[in-house]
Amino acid sequence: MRSIWRHRLFWPVVALLTLIAVNSIARPNFIKFRVRDGELFGAIITILRDSAPLMLVALGMTIVIATRGIDLSVGAIMAVSGAVALTIIDNSGDAGNLGVVLIAVVAALLVSLVLGVWNGFLVSVLGIQPIIATLVLMLAGRGVALLITGGFITTVNSEPFSFIATGYLFVLPFAFFISVAAITVIGLVERRTALGVLTEAVGINPEASRLAGVRSRGIIWGAYIVSGTLAGLAGILYASNIRAADANAAGVFIELYAILAVVLGGTSLNGGKFSIAGTVIGVLIIQTLDSTILFLGVPSAQSPVFFAIVVVVVVVVQSPRIRNAIGRMSRSRQPKAAAVEPPVEDKQKAEVTR
Amino acid sequence: MRPLLELTGATVRFGADAALDRVDFRLFPGEVHSLMGENGAGKSTLIKAITGALPLDAGELRLEGDHVAFASPHEAQAVGISTVYQEIEVLPNLSVAENICLGREPRRAGVISVRLMQARAREILLDLGLDIDPASMLGQHSVAVQQLVAIARAISTDVRILVLDEPTSSLDLDEVAELFRVIRDLRSRGVAILFVSHFLDQVYEICDRVTVLRDGAFVGEYLTTELLRIDLVQKMLGRDMADLKEREHTDDAAPEAAVVLEARGVTAAHGIADADVDLGEGEVLGVAGLLGSGRTSLARALTGVNRPHAGIIRIEGAGVHLDSPRRAMSLGVVYSSEDRRRDGIVAELSVLDNITLALQAERGVLRQLPVARRRELAASWVEALDIRPADLDRPAGTLSGGNQQKVLLARLLALSPRVLVLDEPTRGIDVGAKVEIQNLVGELADNGMSVIFISAELEEVLRVGDRVAVVRDGRIVRTAPAGALSADALLALVAQPDEDGE
Amino acid sequence: MTAMATRIQERASGPSFLQTFLSRHGGMMPTFAAVGILLLLFVGAEIFLRGDFITPRNISALLLDNAYLLVLAVGMTFVILTGGIDLSVGSVMAFSGILGAKLLADGVPAVVAVPAMLLGGAAIGLMIGILVQYFDVQPFIASLAGLFLGRGLAYVVSLSSIKVEESSLLWLQSTRIRLGDWYITPTGLIALGTVAIAAFVLHLTRFGRTVYAIGGSEQSARLMGLKVARAKVGVYVISGLCGGLAGLVLTAYSGAGYPRNGIGTELDAIAAVVIGGTILTGGRGYVIGSMIGVFVYGTIKTIISFMGAEQSWMQIIVGALLLLFIVVQRAIVARSEGRR
Repeated sequence: MRSIWRHRLFWPVVALLTLIAVNSIARPNFIKFRVRDGELFGAIITILRDSAPLMLVALGMTIVIATRGIDLSVGAIMAVSGAVALTIIDNSGDAGNLGVVLIAVVAALLVSLVLGVWNGFLVSVLGIQPIIATLVLMLAGRGVALLITGGFITTVNSEPFSFIATGYLFVLPFAFFISVAAITVIGLVERRTALGVLTEAVGINPEASRLAGVRSRGIIWGAYIVSGTLAGLAGILYASNIRAADANAAGVFIELYAILAVVLGGTSLNGGKFSIAGTVIGVLIIQTLDSTILFLGVPSAQSPVFFAIVVVVVVVVQSPRIRNAIGRMSRSRQPKAAAVEPPVEDKQKAEVTR
Repeated sequence: MRPLLELTGATVRFGADAALDRVDFRLFPGEVHSLMGENGAGKSTLIKAITGALPLDAGELRLEGDHVAFASPHEAQAVGISTVYQEIEVLPNLSVAENICLGREPRRAGVISVRLMQARAREILLDLGLDIDPASMLGQHSVAVQQLVAIARAISTDVRILVLDEPTSSLDLDEVAELFRVIRDLRSRGVAILFVSHFLDQVYEICDRVTVLRDGAFVGEYLTTELLRIDLVQKMLGRDMADLKEREHTDDAAPEAAVVLEARGVTAAHGIADADVDLGEGEVLGVAGLLGSGRTSLARALTGVNRPHAGIIRIEGAGVHLDSPRRAMSLGVVYSSEDRRRDGIVAELSVLDNITLALQAERGVLRQLPVARRRELAASWVEALDIRPADLDRPAGTLSGGNQQKVLLARLLALSPRVLVLDEPTRGIDVGAKVEIQNLVGELADNGMSVIFISAELEEVLRVGDRVAVVRDGRIVRTAPAGALSADALLALVAQPDEDGE
Repeated sequence: MTAMATRIQERASGPSFLQTFLSRHGGMMPTFAAVGILLLLFVGAEIFLRGDFITPRNISALLLDNAYLLVLAVGMTFVILTGGIDLSVGSVMAFSGILGAKLLADGVPAVVAVPAMLLGGAAIGLMIGILVQYFDVQPFIASLAGLFLGRGLAYVVSLSSIKVEESSLLWLQSTRIRLGDWYITPTGLIALGTVAIAAFVLHLTRFGRTVYAIGGSEQSARLMGLKVARAKVGVYVISGLCGGLAGLVLTAYSGAGYPRNGIGTELDAIAAVVIGGTILTGGRGYVIGSMIGVFVYGTIKTIISFMGAEQSWMQIIVGALLLLFIVVQRAIVARSEGRR
């Protein structure tokens, strides 16, 4: 029992379940599903579908944060990716052709991958602080996207392209399958290869990792490439959903929500131990909260206030000051627990973090 | 004469360990007093206790006979105790004058008067014999000048006690001479100076009195003129009483077996110059030297951690270019750092992950060790090295120092290396674990592994090593069979300056 | 001894004016580079546009059009000098602007509305500062909370734009103090005044020098007994206050409050500060440099609109300039680390 509530995903899961419970009570429709033309509808389905872009971006962000980095450029990469895809489809003259759409998607993903390579180069080779390095693309990326679309909002009417975000496959939204596929691939790659543990080692102690022969440069570089590519896929989803490439609106603030999702999922911004499952839960919390706020009749434009409160609560609860205070309280109540933890470690750690 | 500052029975505990155990210390006005001891002797802790950075758990601090207790460095400063820390605490982005006056700038109606500030700074600097432009950026100046500016700041208030923690570690000889001139001048004005340095020459040149600490305990207080250098070193290092299996030593000066690792003229910046090393198969080469002698620089240069500036390294006769630890590992040369916490353990990862880290890194990202194999491997090392608690999933950072060292050893041994370079593997760990590690090194060598074993404890080096190389002032001054050296002879080699050594 | 002796001799032989200047103000080199870029832009545009660019009207308009950004950049400079970052300024500006417009529209007198705008900004800054200093939250994340809060509150005040009718506020923009063809508005004076006050505070008060000291090494600053906590919270309050003031300037400029104002403006402000020669890791830079940075930004914008090119080039060029400065800074830092 004790091990359950000590589990790092305990609080995120509780938060998500609480949100779902509150919603279910406040609006019974929330947990109802309707089947229409063999397609499933309902509030929860909408959450799963709409969360796909954020899910993709947050997965990439998790890996980058695990290496002690951050990727601010994801929103801009989304804009570029959408612009590339739609421009190709628009110029092809045959928007409904599946082959054209596939080429457009692959091209957009390749461009995103190159942008990820660029970020990774600045961070891992030139050694520029991640916040600053990715700021460059965050700033210039939207300009590039606007340039690609010629300054307009490119709209297309392409059946296969729209399918990506709004289509259904076996009663469930196609976008949901993309989410699940990305989660599965990232989860498998991180845990079935050694990438996960090596990434954590680099994030926790870069010098010790170097001495142990870990190729940290490649691992860090790879993280930005993954993040860029996933952001590109998110950009395609976004563009598919609105059937347009809007360089100014695509992925605005998504980097911030993605970082929030990662932090909500229990991954520390200081790098190291990360949890894909935690990030998934974090994304779902954000999307459910968004849906709740909307339900409450609050204009969606005002929802940032709620997220600001969430951010403040989460960071304050995670802060060393509060942790130590809680630690002292529980230690004074449970002297046995104190004996387990080596006090020397604590003091040295406190000195280091100071 | 009454001591200006007197510390009696000082005890500082970190958890269960006493970093300082009933230590006495006196400081007289107008003297330069040195605090001596190896790593972990308690020097820094003592300084922090005097300067208010750490509270005493027991004992008493008296200033001119009156009991005092400082809650912060600020309070200590207010009564005239100034400190210049080891890592120079200055601000290279501000002017020289500001570094001296920051926080107490002359002001007129709340506005800083730059003119007055620079005039005051110039006065203090000239006092120290330093004619530099107070308006210039501090970062423009050499490390020595920055050091002197830090001292200028320390003495710009009414200073009675000046604590200098390793002030010379980054200075060259001329700069040291300049610093000493300033120290002598301050001494003649009645300032009491606590000078901490691991350079014996400097201690003998400048200090009037020495207090020796070892493992947090007080060893003794001596007048420098009455204490032979060799006695000082012996007091610092102490005698190791642990019981050990004796290894059989050969008496040959050169390794009898085939040479595995051969280094010629290895030179690295700040540390080691022109070092020659021959390491035979199944041989343990002990490396003896004091802190700062170049022992660590040598180890890091031989293992690709720091790229050497010059020199040739051959492994089994083939010249190699060791530009990264990874390259060295692929050639079978592995290094265990003296600083476990910083360069060794990945604290939040489990024992399992820590043990298999290097092996996995060598295999690459894609070829993950199968989970069962990993556990089996780690479990076998945990058992072989008696790592406790034998819990593979525990974060490695929560283990004791000795067990962390064993985890590190297991990580390296899992690679089946040919050459194992251990930098102070037994520092700061309990006696039991120490003996186990020493015995393990012997067993490994008996099975054909070549080991370089670095330690400040001379008995340990003599017992574990087949041959012993002595490092002093960045050079290997002697390499001899362990059997041909007595502990006293080794002590003499480690401690004495060149002329007397050979 | 010899090294010291030669150094002293060097001094005795009398350093050239240039040497003295460099040793005292070497940190200003990036700012001079920014001035160089600005001049280059002016000259280039003048040639390209055949003498149509450097006119009193254009240059006066440069200050007028970018007054709000200048105010934001000043606040950002304080934060970046401590090694922090403030992402909230764009949102805070929007919040302050719409708050002011709403209050004035509701008949609240300007003497109450204007202080309320400034205090609103400062309050968000205070929250960020407290999170950073007392809860060890990374400045990036703490100011992210500020960004959300400011933007959300702006929409809470009003979902659409509110026109400002209050004459005293419009006076700030409509008044032209003329000198020949040159002119300046009260908003321009506010921006320049902010720069002057900031330069004074940063260079001649203990608070200002503590800001620089923290950027150099927070640990050292603490060991020197400086009031680090106060200064660290203070810079975020100042940045928030500048956000509020920028909201006032922008509202006067556009004659309305609009909750969508200033999306992405924090990036422009950061870019201007960095282009002006302030190093993002803190400790080096000048508020005057940030002013130059804003002018570089504004000039590029003007040139692009003169040429009739896509505004998207703006973001790309500013991004490229940012990259250039960051790489150069990285090289400078790497060199100074090598020296130690």
